[in-house]
Formats: sequence, C-alpha cells, structure tokens
Amino acid sequence: MTAYLAKRLATGLATLLVASVVVFCVLEIMPGDPALLMLGMNAEPEALATLREQMGLNQPVVLRYLDWVCGMAVGDFGRSYTYSTPVHDLIGERILVSLPLAILSLILSTAIAIPVGIFAAARRGRPADTVTMGVAQVGVAIPNFWFALLLIYLFAVWLQLVPAGGFPGWSAGLWAGLKALILPAVALALPQAAILARVTRSAMLEVLGEDYIRTARAKGMPRRVVLWHHALRNAMIPVLTILGLQFAFLLAGTIIIENVFYLPGLGRLVFQAITQRDLIVVEGVVMLLVAAVVAVNILVDIGYAIVDPRLRTRR
Amino acid sequence: MSLDPTLREDPAEPHFLWLVLSNRSFLIGAAVTLAVAAMALLSFVWTPHDITNLVVADRLQGLSWSHPLGTDHLGRDILSMIMIGARNSIAVAIVAVVIGMGVGVPLGAWAAARGGWLDDVLMRFNDLVFAFPALLSAIMITAIFGPGAVNAIIAIGIFNVPVFARVARAGALSIWPREFILAARAAGKSRTLITIEHILPNITALLLVQGTIQFALGILAEAGLSYLGLGAQPPMPSWGRMLFEAQTRMIVAPHLAIFPGLAIVVTVLGLNLLGDGLRDLLDPRLRRQR
Repeated sequence: MTAYLAKRLATGLATLLVASVVVFCVLEIMPGDPALLMLGMNAEPEALATLREQMGLNQPVVLRYLDWVCGMAVGDFGRSYTYSTPVHDLIGERILVSLPLAILSLILSTAIAIPVGIFAAARRGRPADTVTMGVAQVGVAIPNFWFALLLIYLFAVWLQLVPAGGFPGWSAGLWAGLKALILPAVALALPQAAILARVTRSAMLEVLGEDYIRTARAKGMPRRVVLWHHALRNAMIPVLTILGLQFAFLLAGTIIIENVFYLPGLGRLVFQAITQRDLIVVEGVVMLLVAAVVAVNILVDIGYAIVDPRLRTRR
Repeated sequence: MSLDPTLREDPAEPHFLWLVLSNRSFLIGAAVTLAVAAMALLSFVWTPHDITNLVVADRLQGLSWSHPLGTDHLGRDILSMIMIGARNSIAVAIVAVVIGMGVGVPLGAWAAARGGWLDDVLMRFNDLVFAFPALLSAIMITAIFGPGAVNAIIAIGIFNVPVFARVARAGALSIWPREFILAARAAGKSRTLITIEHILPNITALLLVQGTIQFALGILAEAGLSYLGLGAQPPMPSWGRMLFEAQTRMIVAPHLAIFPGLAIVVTVLGLNLLGDGLRDLLDPRLRRQR
C-alpha cells in the first residue's frame, strides 16, 4: 500500500510539472503585453521599459518559468498586474467562496444521488424506477447555468427567500454566507446528482446480479442488509470514479455559476483575469485547480483501496 | 472442438427491425434529434420573422399568434432566434465531435495496436488533458485566440480527443486477442491493415454511441461558453447568449429565459436518448440482459 501510494504521488507530481509547462507555454503565446495593458496605450516608451524590467518580462523564458515554478513550490504565486497584490492573497480570499461552494454541492449531489440510485435499482423495472430514471435523464440534459436562472427567478425574484446573487462575506455571519451559497450549490449539484444517480443505479444492478447476493438472500439475510451492506460496498467503485471526475467538473462549473450569481470566487477571478490579461493570476489559479483535480484523483484511488481490500495488496 | 456458443444465431432472437421499432429510447431520441436538425435546416430558408430587422417598438412582448414565443429586448422574434441558434449549436457540436474522432480514434487505435512505451506515453498524455477542467481550458483557449464560434469548436474539440482515444483504445484492446485477428496476422497482414480492416469496423458501434454522448455534451459546453460571451458573437444568435441577455431582464420578461433553455434541454435529452437507444441496439450483450 505504501509503495502504491508513493507511486501515485510521484505520477501526480509529474502530471503537475508537465501541466505547469503547458500552462506557461500557452499563456506565453497569449497576445497582449501586460505592461502596456497596465500603463495604457499612451504610455511613455521609457516607462514601459522600466515596468517590463520590474516585472521581469525581459528575462529569458526559461528563467521566468523556473522563477515561477520555484516560487509556487514555496507558496509564492507572484504579484497580480491589475490588483497589485500578491496572487496568493487573492486566491486565499476567493477560495473561501469557491471551496465551500464546491464541497456543499458535492455533499448535496452525493446525498441525493446515492439513495435515489439504490432506490431505483431495488425497484428495477417498476414504475418508481421508470419515473426516477426519467427525471434523472432530464436532469442530465439541463445546463447548470440555466437551472441557476430558473432557481433565481423562483426563489429570489418570486418568493424572495434568498438573495439573487452577490456574497456578503463570511464576516457577515455563517448563515448569511450559507444563504448566498445555497442556490449556486443546488444549481451545480442537481444536474451532477442526475448523472451520479444513473451510475449508482447501474452499478447496483450489476452487483445485485452476482451469485453472492443470491447466497446472502438465500441464507435468510434481510433484503435491506443485503442492499445497503453487501451490494452498496461493491457498487462503490464506479460511483467513486464518477465522484472524482465530478469534483473536477464542479470546480470548473463554479466558473459559470459564480458568474451567474456574481460570487467573488476563484472562477470569477480567473475569468476576469483572462479578460484583463493578468497572466500571473490566470497561471496561479489554473495550476491550483489542476492540483486540486490531481489531488482528488489520488484520493479516489485511496478510496478504491478502502472500499476494495483486494486492491490494497495488489501492485 | 465445438463452435463458440456466442457465435451461434439465437433462434429466439427477434428480427433487428422489430428491435428498432420496440426501442422507445431510440425512437424518441431519433425523432427529437431529427426535429431539431430539421428546424435548423428550415431556418436557412424560412423563419417566422426576419431577425436582422429590429422592431424596437415590439420589444419584450409576451406570447402571441404573431410571436409564438414572444420577442426579446430588441424586438426580435424568439422562435426565429431559437431556430437560427440551433444551427450554431449543432454545427459547433458536430465539428467538435469530428475533431475529437478524427484525432482521438487513430491515436487510441494506434496505442492499442503498438502497445509498449507508445501506449504508455499516449495514455499519460490523455490523463494530463483530463487533469485540466475542460471548461477552464476552453475559456483559456477562447481567451487567447479571441471569442467566436470557430474557437469554441476548437476548444470543445480538443476535449473530445482524449475521450475518443480512450474509447477507441479500450474497444480495440478487446478485439485484438480474438481468433479472427490471429488469423489475419497469420495471413501476414500488417498491424495497420488489421486495424483498418478488422478493428475499426468492430468498434464503430462503440464510437457511434460515444459520438452521440459527446455531441450532447458539446451542445451543453457551447451553451456555457456563449453564455460567458466566448461563443458565437452577435448578431449570430446562440442559445447560451440568449440566456445571458435574458438574465438581467428576467423580472419583466421571464419567457426570455425559459425558451432558449428548453431548446437546449430538449436537444440534449434527444441526443442522450438516441445514444442510450443505440447502445441497446448495437450491443447484443446488453440486449440479452434486459
């Protein structure tokens, strides 16, 4: 298990390293001179030259890359061109919105999808199964930002239960913060829950057809115990895989959803930074998101080992 | 040696046409998909109103006989905009699937045929692309090359590549150990020729199913990008952009936000049903399980 973990960590780090080269190269070819953008079109050539020198834009590409990567390794993401603050301060501030949002929607979608999937699988072919899977089929087709608009109209404009957008900050109290995040979280979570419910159902159906399930039932085990204890544990592997993929999707999904609800999170930060050509912010946030995806994939692999003891000794 | 039982024609197996006609997912999905495609084609020759003709006096109208789905903030007919927007959605998603298949399938088939280090490198590269949240990269790509339908296609197409590579590789790997491949190799055929003559025809069904799924995802992705203003640029109508424009006017005209969204849902739902139906029809193993 330790050797396996070490190998997974090593491939994870290698992925991050290659990703950093890709991100750096891609943004290198992005048109627009950050110095020119900061000083405006009518800037004096001397002022531009000095600023470029200050920002290190005149250094060779390789040096700048090394500088950036080594900085990130010790937690220094550089300084934003437009905000004139360290990037890690910006990220630290925005992550307090995005991370709770992603976690809240992940919890929400798991809490809805897994029981629904099991429920449908246990009633395979009966009306309850047909109806829930029909709803899930529609749910998969709903774009989350449109769902968000409908939620805003229903709960914010019409019923006026929650704010239509914006974020008061956690300093305004836990409840005020959660209230601002609840609609975005639901908008992100439900379409994902539809996918997860379908996966859970088919994974459960596969397991329920196995011999050991029949044996368990034959020796008099209650249906409930067989379903929740024997079947669910074995059905968890594909469910975990999709959960891992969905976390990456949720992180990216926050870009659109944060724009719909005007939430000051990482997604909005990176979106604005791209339009403002604030490269160093874009690089920092993208690397952070890639790191999050890699980390979640490693966690999913550890999850496999917990769910399936056979995987612990193999490899 | 007895014949492989899976090769025997099952006398109880109903006729294929009957299977097609009794597959509800396939029928509904195909009907919806054809209807959306027909609507997009019709928009080339006829729309209820001319959307380049702005009648500001008619703006934000509700539903009426003359404007079945109402009008937007510039007095344009919503139904006409949705019809023309369908062109954009379908074109972007189809070309993105073609890019993904065109690059991904040869890569995946090649990796499966060669194996070894090449396979390793290609698959690690796949993992790398998967590590980037797709939408984030699409935003980066459109930001670098400028917003527009063409760049949206490229951005979505790039993310279809590893998906098709993975499906093609997995499919090909399951075909390679079969006896008829061994026979072809014994006959002296090269790996490339075997891939083209025997492997690809046998994984077409898999690719077709994945194609409809990616088509549906492409439509969702295009809508997301154009909602953010990174897809097709005005005056070309697109469903995502219509939703963006509807957002600030939702209090006075909620219908602006309803219909473009419904268009997306119906199209994606149709494609997903079509994909499910195709999978049931083309995978006999699944058919027997039902």
